[in-house]
Amino acid sequence: MDLLIPEVGLVVFQTIAFLLLMFLLSKFAWKPVLAAIKEREQSIDDALNKAELAKQEMARLTSQNEELMKQARAERDEILKEAKVLKDSIVNEAKTSAQTEGAKLIEKARIEIENQKKAALAELKGQVSTLSLDIAERVLRSQLDDKAKQQDLVASLLKDVELN
Amino acid sequence: MDCSHVFEFKFKRLIVVFTLFSAFLMVSLGVNAQVDTAHATTETHGETTEKKKFEIGKFALHHIADSHSWHVIGETYIGLPIILFANGSVVTFNDSDFHHDNDAKVVVEKGGQRFVKMHEKIYLASAVANEHGQYVELDEKHHPKNARPLDFSLTKNACTLLLSVVLLLVVFISVANGYKKRHGKSPKGLQSWMEPIILFVRDDIAKPNLGHKYERFMPYLLTVFFFIWFNNMLGLVPFLPGGANLTGNIAVTMVLAVITFLITVFNGNKHYWKHIFWMPGVPVPMKIFLMPLELIGIFTKPIALMIRLFANITAGHILVLSLICLIFVFNSIWVSAASIPFAIFIGGIELMVAFIQAFIFTILSALFIGMAVEEHH
Repeated sequence: MDLLIPEVGLVVFQTIAFLLLMFLLSKFAWKPVLAAIKEREQSIDDALNKAELAKQEMARLTSQNEELMKQARAERDEILKEAKVLKDSIVNEAKTSAQTEGAKLIEKARIEIENQKKAALAELKGQVSTLSLDIAERVLRSQLDDKAKQQDLVASLLKDVELN
Repeated sequence: MDCSHVFEFKFKRLIVVFTLFSAFLMVSLGVNAQVDTAHATTETHGETTEKKKFEIGKFALHHIADSHSWHVIGETYIGLPIILFANGSVVTFNDSDFHHDNDAKVVVEKGGQRFVKMHEKIYLASAVANEHGQYVELDEKHHPKNARPLDFSLTKNACTLLLSVVLLLVVFISVANGYKKRHGKSPKGLQSWMEPIILFVRDDIAKPNLGHKYERFMPYLLTVFFFIWFNNMLGLVPFLPGGANLTGNIAVTMVLAVITFLITVFNGNKHYWKHIFWMPGVPVPMKIFLMPLELIGIFTKPIALMIRLFANITAGHILVLSLICLIFVFNSIWVSAASIPFAIFIGGIELMVAFIQAFIFTILSALFIGMAVEEHH
């Protein structure tokens, strides 16, 4: 039964020692330790939050970039399309203008040829008439010498004329 | 209040109950065996051998009780200082002045007063010795009837108390310095040993029971937890720096329980006191009936705390001692083949109990304080 009766001396020592221990530990150990742990937990939480925010920011930027890329691609397609249309129209225009120009040139050339032909014909006609007059003069001169030959010549001339 | 988390430890409690049960079983077995062997020896060899008989009960109780000397090894003891307040004066001397007497046969005269020591307790010596040569008067149960001086001696328990205070201060101030040195960095060394336990006390003991007010009670909860745990483990060390049964001493557990009680009483809010003196939500006769019950409840809680720690640690020590003593009870070396492994096994369980009891004391303290400071909505 002695075990169940507290000794006064130990009660006093225990009270003093425990309260002193509690005072010293809370001042020099628990306060700084708990504060440090709390601070560290806070900083870990902050870091995690920041990482989360950075992740979101990153995702936002990525999606923005994608959007921009899409826009740029669309714009490029648009520009290419426009360029193609423009090119086609230019080519067509050039073709038509070339055709008309060609046609005009051909027409001009034809007219020129016609004119040249006409001029040549006119010149030929003149030369023919001069030549005919020459011939006729010579024939007439020789005819004047021989009657029978004159007649032959006239006949042959006439014959030629008819053939001509 | 949600108390479910307290019952999560049913399994551990079961082990504790089992340990207690086996402790008492083993002690009674041991005592029976001792009686049997005593009978056998007296029958065969007569009275001469009776002196040799091994008294396991006395042996175990002597070992778990406080002492004025500290056993080193073999027959070597360190005498501890004795400080007494007797008849208005302070008397100091050393325990070695008693020359290992523990039966009130050696009288020490100091400051004009005479003292004897019997069963590790100091008495004012009688003028003349009785028929056994003891300077005390004994009653029919062999307890001395002499007056006792106020004993403020540095006993084995008092020295262990100082040792543990120094140990706790050294350990936790160095842990705190670790936080200063590695500010904001991960813990290292002793710091990383202690940090999970500090967090355990904070997150699993204080926060669930005390809610957002936990910070105010953290110093007490942490101190009481580590004080009990360290001393439980020191008590398991069988040689010099350990060997004392501090947390198995009723004076120590009483002081701890009283501190919990005082914290509970002084922090109780008006809801708490209303629940005790005028329980809301029940008819008036019931309120009157409940008042004394609740009033008793204020005191039974810390008393249970006191008894629980004392009984668990004492039982553990008795159990280990009894198992070892079986060798001497049966006076055969072959018994050690069974009792030593068993003692080691129980030692392992005791190591667990050392932690569990510190935990239970702390969580119940937190629970009681939590009930007192809880806000009702």
